[in-house]
Amino acid sequence: MKVILHGTRGAYPTSTPDNQKYGGDTPCIELIHNDDRLIIDAGTGIIGIDWNQYDPTKRLDILLTHLHMDHIQGLGFCKPLFDPNREVHIWGPGGSIYSLQTRLNRFLSPPLFPVVLRDIPSQPEIHELSNTKIELGPFTVHSSFIIHPGPTLGYRVTCDGKSLTYIPDHEPMIGRTKLYDDDSWVSGFDLAYETDLLIHDSQYENEEYIRKIGWGHSSMQISAEFAARTKAGRLVFFHHDPAHNDQHRSSTFEAFMSKNSFDFPIELAVQGQEIEI
Amino acid sequence: MAGRSIEIILSRQLADCLNVPVFIVDPEGNLLFYNAAAEGLLGRRFEDTGEMPMEMWSTAFHPTDENGKSIPPNELPLVNATKNQVPSHKSFWLRSLDGKSHNVTVMAIPIVGRSQEFVGAMAIFWANTTKA
Repeated sequence: MKVILHGTRGAYPTSTPDNQKYGGDTPCIELIHNDDRLIIDAGTGIIGIDWNQYDPTKRLDILLTHLHMDHIQGLGFCKPLFDPNREVHIWGPGGSIYSLQTRLNRFLSPPLFPVVLRDIPSQPEIHELSNTKIELGPFTVHSSFIIHPGPTLGYRVTCDGKSLTYIPDHEPMIGRTKLYDDDSWVSGFDLAYETDLLIHDSQYENEEYIRKIGWGHSSMQISAEFAARTKAGRLVFFHHDPAHNDQHRSSTFEAFMSKNSFDFPIELAVQGQEIEI
Repeated sequence: MAGRSIEIILSRQLADCLNVPVFIVDPEGNLLFYNAAAEGLLGRRFEDTGEMPMEMWSTAFHPTDENGKSIPPNELPLVNATKNQVPSHKSFWLRSLDGKSHNVTVMAIPIVGRSQEFVGAMAIFWANTTKA
């Protein structure tokens, strides 16, 4: 299974020259196994997907972790959605007073967007997920609610004996200095346990996190502690704060790694990066 | 392993931040957690007791009414909130494990998650008076 990181930036897209190294598009990753593909999140990174690599006769599945703007902003510009002959399925968190379709309609309708969801040519089917297991071609997908403001899912995708866990927005503890000792009390634990690749929120520096407790994001320290507890094989720091340029992000990462030691590799997510699991 | 539901985890995080006693149980009534303020009321640390089945915690603290008559488990707010999935309220006496008697007022609510799933219940205690 190959993973391509099409968007790695959190909050909002940025195109400034000093943000090009790690990328300026908001979250979207693509999973590829032979001719089968799966997309998770529809931030502006989805716009950069090479649709020519897709078989137009095959169904397209897009999983959404949640409906914050940085994770759906590219949906209205996703070309296959505007192909009337394309079968498109959009999956996302249920568990709200309002249905997933109703919540998506708020974005995909005037005045925010010119075309309403029901008029999108592919007529995408909307599916609600909670703590669920589904099979999509060769991909087995486990979804689970995790701690982040509003209904938010994390995903674990297993394929051909390998696993990816994607939790781009996550604050596994609020008002505490460390994770609970008992694993069953750690948000997202089951999703990430012994996963081969963990892509996890690490938006803040440690000092910054203290001023933003409850906003739903992690520091590098929290992210690494979560990865260590769950025995993840490899950790990718994701959801880069657009307020921090590449140089700042690199120096923060280097400082963090110089003070800490982990028995698994850690790296900063880079837009366009391809990772073979 | 089966992790706790996110609603229960968040309830514990809230309880951790409160200075009033809080109990959290699962759908079967097993006591999953009580916070530091509740430890003071019960006279025993959560780390020492760990989780407890309903049959144990509902009788361990000898709940009585104002006349000293034992209150059956089914009449306790947290048991009622768990078994019947309704909010429940009551004032009564309990005896902590260190021998002190406390007059408490308890409000218990069922915890229903986003998926409309009943995932447990939470009780908030208010200590009115204490007698040695």
